[in-house]
Amino acid sequence: MHDVVPAIATAAPRPAADAAYWRIVARNAFPFVVVAAAWEIVAHAGLFPPRLFPPLETIASTFVRLTVAGILPHHALETLARLLAGFALAAIAGVAVGIVMGRSRRAEDIFLPLVSIGAPIPGLAYAPLFLLWFGLGNLSTVLLVGFVSAYPIIFNTWTGVKAVKEIWVRSAQAMGADQQRLFAKVILPGALPYILTGLRLGLAQAWRILVGVEMLAAVPWGLGWLIFGAREFLNTDVMLAGIVVIAAIGLALEKLVFQRLENFTVVRWGMMT
Amino acid sequence: MTPERMRTIGRATLTLLAVAAMYEALARSGIFPAALVPSLTVVGHTLVAMLADGSMLAHASATLSRVLFGCGLAVLVGLPLGILMARFRPVENFVLPLASALMPIPSLAWVPVFILWFGLGNSVAIVIVFYAAMFPMLLNTWSGVRAVNPLWLRAASAMGADERALFWKVMIPAASPFIITGLRQAFLRSWIAVVGAEMLAASDWGLGWVIFDAKEFLNADVMLASLIVIGAIGFAFERLVFGSLERVTVLRWGMVRAAKLKS
Repeated sequence: MHDVVPAIATAAPRPAADAAYWRIVARNAFPFVVVAAAWEIVAHAGLFPPRLFPPLETIASTFVRLTVAGILPHHALETLARLLAGFALAAIAGVAVGIVMGRSRRAEDIFLPLVSIGAPIPGLAYAPLFLLWFGLGNLSTVLLVGFVSAYPIIFNTWTGVKAVKEIWVRSAQAMGADQQRLFAKVILPGALPYILTGLRLGLAQAWRILVGVEMLAAVPWGLGWLIFGAREFLNTDVMLAGIVVIAAIGLALEKLVFQRLENFTVVRWGMMT
Repeated sequence: MTPERMRTIGRATLTLLAVAAMYEALARSGIFPAALVPSLTVVGHTLVAMLADGSMLAHASATLSRVLFGCGLAVLVGLPLGILMARFRPVENFVLPLASALMPIPSLAWVPVFILWFGLGNSVAIVIVFYAAMFPMLLNTWSGVRAVNPLWLRAASAMGADERALFWKVMIPAASPFIITGLRQAFLRSWIAVVGAEMLAASDWGLGWVIFDAKEFLNADVMLASLIVIGAIGFAFERLVFGSLERVTVLRWGMVRAAKLKS
């Protein structure tokens, strides 16, 4: 996917390109200004009740008020903690299962049917079942997020391990690598681009599911709960402020976490350019 | 069928049977209450009963119609917009920043807002599906049209193709692998979104609603039966609908040669 942000990053360091840099910023900001203006006009025109369609300044002041009071950061931290816990579970289990499936024919035959049956069911459909089995609250949420985001990780790790060139494995063995070195120096780096793709997809999946699960599982804190609870009091401004935070976290996950990780590992090892 | 493949199928069946037997043993051992962990025979009975009295069919068709409606809207908007973005710079400059800002927001986060705006019921689910399906459609169409080999366009116009022929005979077929990937992703996303939307915006009908409603009465058998139906529909769409769509378009036009080997 081609994003606009890298273009800014490459244009930034050279002072000669300053004008071009600002032009890009202005070009990217322009659509937001138009949409914001349209929103303001609709909100102030009184077509809809302001409780349901608050003007931007109300949303901004709610956002600042909730942030200063520490409510919004608390919700965001709880959500992030759940995301990380669920994702860590999925990453550990998913990579392990994927590697075993890729290396052993027997394990592949055992796990593949189970994984292929579970994968096409949307994760949220399991939510009531998990709530029934593990109770309302954190445990179900984390387990469900982990369960759902494990699938893309397993599939991609499995594919990655199988895609490691046979000739690399054989030449490493011919040069006297033992099982442990073979795994750490050849198979893992060889499969890493796929594993990282899997982790990326898994995290995106976890993020999409988590907000919904928080609404269903009646957890005491969390952004999903914040926006769903705000419905009871018709606090549309609180909801939209919460959605702004959700968008910011989603963007940050993609840009800061994964693009960095990729640069540090795959690109450095020369697996991908 | 090669002996290799036979063995794989044999092992797969064995695995599934073993897991089913373990589950059955667990369900019948009485460690967990039968309402929470119903035995497979109970789940089977419930599934058959719900299929027989037509309620499962009604729920499934309610869910499917929401998905198809929302997805259809997303295609109607996303496909032309994606093509416009790829062909005209100003459109791209305007739409792309908005799309990359909205995309990381999970569609379910909008459910409470849309409930307030549109009220409980069908429209919330459809708008959520539209939101979920829109971005994969838009971005894949955009990159598909951009990825059309400029050499083909030039060759076609050198041979006297007018704008319309260029569009229908060169650009659309060349972008089709991307567009179909977009459709596929759009369907997957909306299949996830619709279940969540139905759970949160209670609407009396729909597979998501059945599952969520069954929780109130501890009907784990109804949940599991509905899960089986949801999985089956998702699987059928992925394999049958998109598989055959790919065969009649992309493969016939010779856009993806490698795919032939796979199927």
